[in-house]
Amino acid sequence: MTTIETAVGTTETMVLNMGPQHPSTHGVLRVVLELDGETVVKARSEIGYLHTGIEKSCEALTYSQAITLTDRIDYLAPLSNNLGYCLAVEKLLAIEVPKRAQYARVLLTELTRIASHMVWLGTHAMDLGAVSVMLYCFREREQILGIIEMVSGQRMMSSYFRIGGLALEPPPGWLDRVNRLIDMLPSRIDDYEELLTHNSIWESRTRGIGVLEAKDAIALGVSGPMLRAAGVDYDVRKYFPYSSYEEFDFNVPTRTEADCYARYLVRLAEMRESLKIVRQAMNKIPAEGPIRADVPGIIPPQREEMKTDMEALIYHFKIFTEGFAPPPGEVYQRIESPRGELGFFVASDGSAKPCRVKVRAPSFVNLQSLPKLSEGGLVADLIACIGTTDIVLGEVDR
Amino acid sequence: MEQKLRAWDPEAVTQTIEFRGELTLVVPGGRLRRIMEYLQTEPSLEFNFLSDISVVDRLPAEPRFELNYHLVSLPNRQRLRLRVWLSGADPTVDSLTPVYPTADWHEREIFDLFGVRFEGHPDLRRILLPDDWEGYPLRKDYPVEGFR
Repeated sequence: MTTIETAVGTTETMVLNMGPQHPSTHGVLRVVLELDGETVVKARSEIGYLHTGIEKSCEALTYSQAITLTDRIDYLAPLSNNLGYCLAVEKLLAIEVPKRAQYARVLLTELTRIASHMVWLGTHAMDLGAVSVMLYCFREREQILGIIEMVSGQRMMSSYFRIGGLALEPPPGWLDRVNRLIDMLPSRIDDYEELLTHNSIWESRTRGIGVLEAKDAIALGVSGPMLRAAGVDYDVRKYFPYSSYEEFDFNVPTRTEADCYARYLVRLAEMRESLKIVRQAMNKIPAEGPIRADVPGIIPPQREEMKTDMEALIYHFKIFTEGFAPPPGEVYQRIESPRGELGFFVASDGSAKPCRVKVRAPSFVNLQSLPKLSEGGLVADLIACIGTTDIVLGEVDR
Repeated sequence: MEQKLRAWDPEAVTQTIEFRGELTLVVPGGRLRRIMEYLQTEPSLEFNFLSDISVVDRLPAEPRFELNYHLVSLPNRQRLRLRVWLSGADPTVDSLTPVYPTADWHEREIFDLFGVRFEGHPDLRRILLPDDWEGYPLRKDYPVEGFR
């Protein structure tokens, strides 16, 4: 840090605008910088460029229709958002989801976590000058999206998780494809590590940069890999398990350095832990069984039932025309998204549309730490700090 | 938790709600900051992590605004929700930014979208919408379409 101190002169500071159109802000983040030479004196984030009023729109839709909007909050991990919202509504309705659907949800959200971390790693490395890593990461991510397309018909905005279970029966042979993928991925993650972990340029760009100590991180509400890189093992999957995570055996990687390099190591270790969970989920998923809870009037009936059972046909019609009305009350469901604690607060007033849906977006909260990460450092390190926060502006602005 | 709070201040909790395994304590708005400081620093509670603040507009009911504070105790692996009711005529409550720095942006967002004011907030400006925006879009009397 001594070099930085000597770089601070007695000259005037300069205000510089970075973004919203800037490739390293990962979307449309605007940072107003006060600079003293190359040193950041003050960094103030301006957000809201992608605000689309998703929370307000949810109030005009039925509970099932609102699922499609949740995909679009965090577009790098749409299934995590689906899961958080569905779990919240299921909690409101007190519905138990069949185990087969729960395991499939775990499997697919863990694949989503890996895919999201790959985008993070690729773009972060590109920001810091290691362009080739991005090509490898996107290559593997495409394979994960291929699996999601196979089960849901969509690569990204799949809305595959529905209230009470899954949208469709997964096609035969999907687990073979998952199996091939997770056999291949460990060696690919080794490749990324080989390119970066002991690369001296990478180390000098990230080690000791953007330090956020545990005390500050907790005070700022920072969660996810950023908090775990500061030595706090807060992982919602362990602290408040949901969707049968308590049945899975995995570790929560932590580091204590609390810098950009530690966050990189935590995320890479998380990818490997996710692979462990995927493998366990694959062995747990029963080959046969319901994929949706059986709650007439709330969960759509199976197509076959509708052909023989008049009640089922009537329920199907009513669910898709009127929706269903959960009892009045409020629930808050938190899950561990790739970026940290993702919370859905859903309030029902007893009608078929939610009275309020509030998204606790991890990126929004984590971005608050940017001044703490970057002030006193160099402009070039600010790029590393933004990258390592792993923000998705769609989620920040909602 | 509830007993501890009541033992510390008999008037701290006005109502206890248990719904779907989640505990909600309704507290008077005037005592909110003191209660939060107590919950954060009391060694047996240590609610050190403020996850989220969410608002529900209960128009036409009065009091109109329901503020929910979602707390987590990382050392004890516990969660708790505090609720404060605010009147529609003057929705004002003490800011929690001095107690939990994370409340800064949450409170700015609530100010932006609901028009709730936070006393003692260091920088209460709109955060998502432009500064010259009129009205508070997440209020129930603000239409989903066709306002501007």
